Amino acid sequence: MRLGLQFNPVGAVLSLAAVVAVAAMPFLRVAANRMVSGEPVYLWSLLQSPAATLSTLLAALLLALLMSVAFKPTRAVLWLQLGVASISMVLLLAVAGTYASHVAATQSAYARTSLGGAWWVLMVALWLLAQDALRNLNLGLRLRTGLLAAVVLLVGWMLGSGWCNDLSIMKEYANRSDTFATAAMQHMLIVLLAMVPTLLIGVPLGWWMHKVRATQQSLFPVLNVIQTIPSIALFGLLMAPLAWLAAVFPALAQAGISGVGMAPGVIALTLYALLPVVRGTLAGLEQVPSSVVNAARGMGMSATQVFTRVELPLALPVLLGGVRTATVSAVGLASVTALIGAGGLGAIMFEGLFSSAQDLVLLGVLPIVALSVLTDTFFKVLVKLAQPAHNTQPNTMPNTTPNTAQSKPPGAAAL
Amino acid sequence: MIEFINISKSYGDVSVIEGLNLHIARGEFVVMIGASGSGKSTVLKMINRLEPHDGGKILFNNEEIYKFKIRDLRLRMGYAIQSVGLFPHWTVERNIATVPHMLGWDKPKISQRVTELLELFQLDPALYRTRYPHQLSGGQQQRIGVARALAADPDVLLMDEPFGALDPSTRAALQQEIKRVHQASGKTIVLVTHDIEEALLLATKIVVLDEGRVVQADTPLNILAQPANDFVVDFVGRSDIGIKLLSLQQAQHLARAEPALPGPSLPAHTSLREAVSMMAMQQMSCINVQDASGTHAGVLHVSDIFDKHAAHGKVAAQTTAMAQP
Repeated sequence: MRLGLQFNPVGAVLSLAAVVAVAAMPFLRVAANRMVSGEPVYLWSLLQSPAATLSTLLAALLLALLMSVAFKPTRAVLWLQLGVASISMVLLLAVAGTYASHVAATQSAYARTSLGGAWWVLMVALWLLAQDALRNLNLGLRLRTGLLAAVVLLVGWMLGSGWCNDLSIMKEYANRSDTFATAAMQHMLIVLLAMVPTLLIGVPLGWWMHKVRATQQSLFPVLNVIQTIPSIALFGLLMAPLAWLAAVFPALAQAGISGVGMAPGVIALTLYALLPVVRGTLAGLEQVPSSVVNAARGMGMSATQVFTRVELPLALPVLLGGVRTATVSAVGLASVTALIGAGGLGAIMFEGLFSSAQDLVLLGVLPIVALSVLTDTFFKVLVKLAQPAHNTQPNTMPNTTPNTAQSKPPGAAAL
Repeated sequence: MIEFINISKSYGDVSVIEGLNLHIARGEFVVMIGASGSGKSTVLKMINRLEPHDGGKILFNNEEIYKFKIRDLRLRMGYAIQSVGLFPHWTVERNIATVPHMLGWDKPKISQRVTELLELFQLDPALYRTRYPHQLSGGQQQRIGVARALAADPDVLLMDEPFGALDPSTRAALQQEIKRVHQASGKTIVLVTHDIEEALLLATKIVVLDEGRVVQADTPLNILAQPANDFVVDFVGRSDIGIKLLSLQQAQHLARAEPALPGPSLPAHTSLREAVSMMAMQQMSCINVQDASGTHAGVLHVSDIFDKHAAHGKVAAQTTAMAQP
């Protein structure tokens, strides 16, 4: 195998960003308590700290990665990049955790070690580099999902094993470990509660707009306008009518409907999620060839049979793409519903914002990001599974015809 | 079997079909032909109620088609279209089994029927039943499309330009196959095309349509020999009507009972068109004709083909022969 040099624009930009970040930004910050911003600790100074072994290893791997992006991306180079980048990400966490333990052991109990700019830039650069390598490797979905699962498990194990317990963000977690799980569940519940009615309304609506074309012109503007309303304003708009409903119908109030809390949040998320779901359904149905639908009708299928047996299976991949967009954005938007008392991870984030505790903000935001990534992956897998066999099976024998021989005119043989 | 009685249809103010009367008998192969916009496709779709009609009655087995449940009506009529419309997410087997499945046939019966149909269209069942439509060539897809239409042994087969999108050699092969299927099964077939050659080859009755009206409905031979008006003459091709006539007649019907000459022989069912071509190429004025078993069946003289008086009686006899294949 030959190793040729080749300019890799993605690698070059990421490397530049990483080098600048390591040189100019602190890798960690050590503060006397959680409110002050702390003294910078640079990556190179860690090389002579108690975290020396791990940080030397990390530095060596980063250098290797830096050089590897100059080479022609053969499969071996890509696998190497993927592997080294993944190990480096784990090492980033390990170095920070080890140094934090050292700080905790030598300084006051209130001392906080937080992650610095260089740490975050490196993490993002490594993640993107790994993604780029993964994309160029063009691996099967199963392998990709397996790799993601391995990363999730490894990070989970590191967090669970207490290696990083002395990092500031983990200390924030320790302070709230009782409410954190509830908040995370609450967050997912809000998304789920919003997505169920979205699907129940959105899919039939998309189908109707496909059948009766005229409705598209009146319904799409409405759905588009909803998207343009800022979420906070929408909560405000929903508060008054919901409060009124709860006051007039006590049964509703008992069921938990009120001007604040989950109800307006869930309704707002539903309204936002409708557009992508309707659009996905419509686009999915539109790309079903009309000849196929005509043939189905001509053979005696009822409208329901045409929909369930032909239109829906063929539209499903595109439809699920719409649901994916809607759900991922709902995971993000659900954090804002904390403002009207719906709870969720957003509540932790806002608590951090209002008390200017950076790491508390992160404790809210990072799980939301992780949840979005997992949701996204989940739907990617689902879309792939919904892809009918005709798109995934390789075309083994396109045109072997032992059967066109009949075309000879009857007289030909005798002449 | 199917009877159109004074059918009319219009889209808004535009009338597309006017006072259409047509009788399709059991076992006929009716080809409806006309230019784009002549209403031929619309007429076909009226039979299985994909297109509603405004006035008149359509009878199927002597009953008004609106007396049937739409599902029952369509299940009894095979339907094949130009773009094939195979279900891309289903295998060949599942595609063919569409209607039997809806009729609730049991698995072994469906499986056996699929095997039968694949064999009928010369596709190896072991090789093709698990394929997906995208893994087939255009000609194979169209065969499966027709096989699917035939699956539940329908009373009528409706075909809307089924071979329009195929290359000429595949089209010719499929035309031969559908002709064979018609002769073997005795099914009533209604086919729409704009290709006069296809109509002449396949039809037992050609229906020439223009602006929603039947201009002429007759055997291929009569359409050529006695075109109803100038429109039909132009439609079938004014300049080579004679050549087309030749292609409808077989060598055996003009052969004289004479002893064999030295030289090559033509099979008895060779068309006169091919025979003339052969004789022109070989520079011969007469040629031997032999039957399917290879025994001598007479001698074809070129003068009989081109001399009206010599051939007249035989063409008349031929007309009746062609009407009942």
